[in-house]
Amino acid sequence: MWRQWGRTALLSRPDPADHDVVYAIQDARFIAPDVKRFRVDAPRVARYWKPGQFVIVRATDDGERIPLTVVEADPGAGTIDLIVQGVGKTTRTLNALTSGEWIHDVAGPLGSPSEIDDFGTTIVVGGGVGTAIVYPTARALARAANRVIAIVGARTADLLILVEELEAVADSVIVTTDDGTAGRSGFVTDALAEVISVEHVDRVIAIGPLQMMAAISQLTRPEAIPTIVSLNPIMVDGTGMCGGCRVSVGGETKFACVDGPEFDAHGVDFDLLRMRNATYCDFERRRLEELGST
Amino acid sequence: MTESTRRERMKMPRTAMPERDGRNRSTDFEEVNLGYTEQLAVLEASRCLQCARPVCVDGCPVGVRIGDFVAAVADRRFDDAALIVSEDNSLPAVCGRVCPQEHQCEGACVMGRRSSPIAIGHLERFVADRAAASSGRPSGSAPTGKTVAVVGSGPAGLACAADLARFGHQVTVYEALHQAGGVLVYGIPEYRLPKAVVAAEVAQLEHEGVRFEMNAPIGRAESVDDLLERHDAVFIGVGAGLPKFLDVAGENLVGVQSANEFLTRVNLMGANRPQAETPVLVGRRVAVIGGGNTALDAVRTAVRTGAESATVYYRRTEDEMPARTEEIRHAREEGVHFEFLLNPVAFGGETRVETMRLIRMRQTEPGDDGRRGVEPIDGSEVDVPVDTVVVAVGNAPNPMLSSTPGLRMSRWGTIVTDPDTGMTEKAGVFAGGDIVTGGATVILAMGAGRRAAKGIDGYLRTGAVAAASLD
Ligand SMILES: Cc1cc2nc3c(=O)[nH]c(=O)nc-3n(C[C@H](O)[C@H](O)[C@H](O)COP(=O)(O)OP(=O)(O)OC[C@H]3O[C@@H](n4cnc5c(N)ncnc54)[C@H](O)[C@@H]3O)c2cc1C
Ligand SMILES: Cc1cc2nc3c(=O)[nH]c(=O)nc-3n(C[C@H](O)[C@H](O)[C@H](O)COP(=O)(O)OP(=O)(O)OC[C@H]3O[C@@H](n4cnc5c(N)ncnc54)[C@H](O)[C@@H]3O)c2cc1C
Ligand code: FES
Repeated sequence: MWRQWGRTALLSRPDPADHDVVYAIQDARFIAPDVKRFRVDAPRVARYWKPGQFVIVRATDDGERIPLTVVEADPGAGTIDLIVQGVGKTTRTLNALTSGEWIHDVAGPLGSPSEIDDFGTTIVVGGGVGTAIVYPTARALARAANRVIAIVGARTADLLILVEELEAVADSVIVTTDDGTAGRSGFVTDALAEVISVEHVDRVIAIGPLQMMAAISQLTRPEAIPTIVSLNPIMVDGTGMCGGCRVSVGGETKFACVDGPEFDAHGVDFDLLRMRNATYCDFERRRLEELGST
Repeated sequence: MTESTRRERMKMPRTAMPERDGRNRSTDFEEVNLGYTEQLAVLEASRCLQCARPVCVDGCPVGVRIGDFVAAVADRRFDDAALIVSEDNSLPAVCGRVCPQEHQCEGACVMGRRSSPIAIGHLERFVADRAAASSGRPSGSAPTGKTVAVVGSGPAGLACAADLARFGHQVTVYEALHQAGGVLVYGIPEYRLPKAVVAAEVAQLEHEGVRFEMNAPIGRAESVDDLLERHDAVFIGVGAGLPKFLDVAGENLVGVQSANEFLTRVNLMGANRPQAETPVLVGRRVAVIGGGNTALDAVRTAVRTGAESATVYYRRTEDEMPARTEEIRHAREEGVHFEFLLNPVAFGGETRVETMRLIRMRQTEPGDDGRRGVEPIDGSEVDVPVDTVVVAVGNAPNPMLSSTPGLRMSRWGTIVTDPDTGMTEKAGVFAGGDIVTGGATVILAMGAGRRAAKGIDGYLRTGAVAAASLD
């Protein structure tokens, strides 16, 4: 009998086309190779979001739930901006979408907002797509009267994102590229070391690849500069229900989706996170290969 | 009933539930119990002695008129039976499948002392499945113009929403996940509770005018106070979804996961399907820690997703296992091993978990509550090889709303309410289900949702009732 109900229930299940909320894509454009910026209808998130918070999206009805940071929100228009780097199946599927299409689910806002206060001189460091994640926090810090120095880095000039936006909010912006094609040649850590050596810094916020965040943590620890990193463990629900996102900070287990994603860098066990993030790498590679072959 | 028919009935054996063979079923997620046919249901119902004082009803947390509905089944008045059940139970198709009947109605049944209790759960399921989804539900009253927010779409929220809609209030359910049903969709597996049963309930509520807003994590998105600006009252049914861990060394190694994570990946995200987008880590040798329904769901799911050996480790004995008896039997038939009086003290491995260190436990003399405790036996540690470990040692209340101003929280993190009305200390805010009791059962959550719906209705009709002082 239930099978019969099942059929009607499935048929009457709202199609994204007649959902109460359609997470329609208003605008989508590549801002760097494999990095796309979306403007999406998500009125609830737009209204309640604070810098540092993220959403969990499902690209399609069968899709995986993945976290993405909200870069900007327009509560009046009911839209949010997301910046997606195509690294695997879900992010590439998303990056194939374009305006007029929709994202199946956008849940949020999730996570604890960034701590915004007048800290004094604050350095924000963004590596790769981490720049997208740190940008809203940088802007909020600037508005809270901090002197904001932004350091943004990428492998090569093409991959730099949000430099102009950061220039508009920060007191100064330092650009680095590994190959010297733009700004200074070298890593963001080199630039940070230099700044720290010449002036007093009250706070560092660093978001990027794990290796970068671990290196920055090493750098600021001897100087005892309060340092915040945003961690990117694998998430499922994003509501504190599964514990898959657990990280170790100061010897304590924390759920990054509710207690974070931002944590005191000096307490973070980066090795553990690197290990846990590789949990499904075989599966991910397979799915990506299939995507490539279709 | 004459003495001779009484005696004859007592001799009739309990009608077995048709079920799929253990070996066949252990590789897929199709429902294990197939359900009674009309003939089997009538046969089973006719065993009922129709006691003058039906003690089974005392055993039912929501007081379903069991004797009456069973009599209706025996008379083939199936629609009447459905109506009777739905007076007290708004989720009979769910409860008939997942209630721990042996501790409730069937545990109280007088037939249990003579032979075996009436299969009340199987009959409830039969009645609910046979009727169209919720068709037995009385139709609604005239619209009152009041609106109520229900936070969380588990059994507490769904039951509360159903009654509020029936009372004529406009209801909006806010759910953090992308699918409605709470534990019924992300925790309890398909082979035990088909998702279609839950989907039918949700569809029925939508049909009755209840609105569902998914992807809405209240507390991160709008607060309870924000909801009170838009609604005349709020019901909080956010459950106890925060997984507990063991707090032992190596617990963050790759391959150690909570039952919630393991089950969510499979049930909600469909990681068992060949084309799944969401991965799940199973491994050859799976160890599940715990002894409740969650542990049993995890271990049977592990068997179905390819584990070669799946073992439940429980620190007490089988007698103390809180899981439903049927679940334990089904698990054994599917090849699950059980190890008792063993408790993990550490996990070992490089990056992935490879071994589990267990300590042997012994039972202590019963304490004041009559329950025997356990204590570790010094020096009794043993190591067993494992590929993955699923920790199923309980869930704590969801903390996302715990800092809501005006709500009183207990020291266990549950919300304090007036048990009769579900009212909290905050005016216009009610709560029920696992967020009030801590992890309990579907039927208790359902019952709490319904009591709160009555409480809310009273509050809305009589105007400003002062918030309860809960001492
Ligand atoms: C709080 C937070 C904010 C983030 N913000 C952004 C952002 O603004 N822009 C952006 O491009 N990326 C962001 N990420 C990373 C992004 O979620 C992952 O790149 C994405 O999940 C990869 O999925 P995939 O299927 O494309 O790749 P896969 O091939 O599945 O995975 C590639 C790698 O991504 C990680 N990953 C895989 N699945 C998940 C998952 N469900 N949750 C988290 N990580 C996963 C793993 O480390 C994996 O090795 C954020 C991550 C977190 C935790
Ligand atoms: C694996 C497992 C097996 C079980 N088996 C049985 C069984 O066989 N029999 C039985 O009787 N009981 C069983 N239980 C217990 C039973 O499922 C619960 O007691 C019951 O589901 C509690 O209902 P609830 O409505 O209070 O909460 P839940 O079912 O937990 O639902 C709460 C809902 O609220 C949502 N939510 C949480 N926070 C927010 C927020 N801030 N904003 C919006 N939404 C939010 C959640 O996503 C969830 O959907 C089992 C539990 C588990 C975990
Ligand atoms: S993602 Fe599930 S608890 Fe954080």
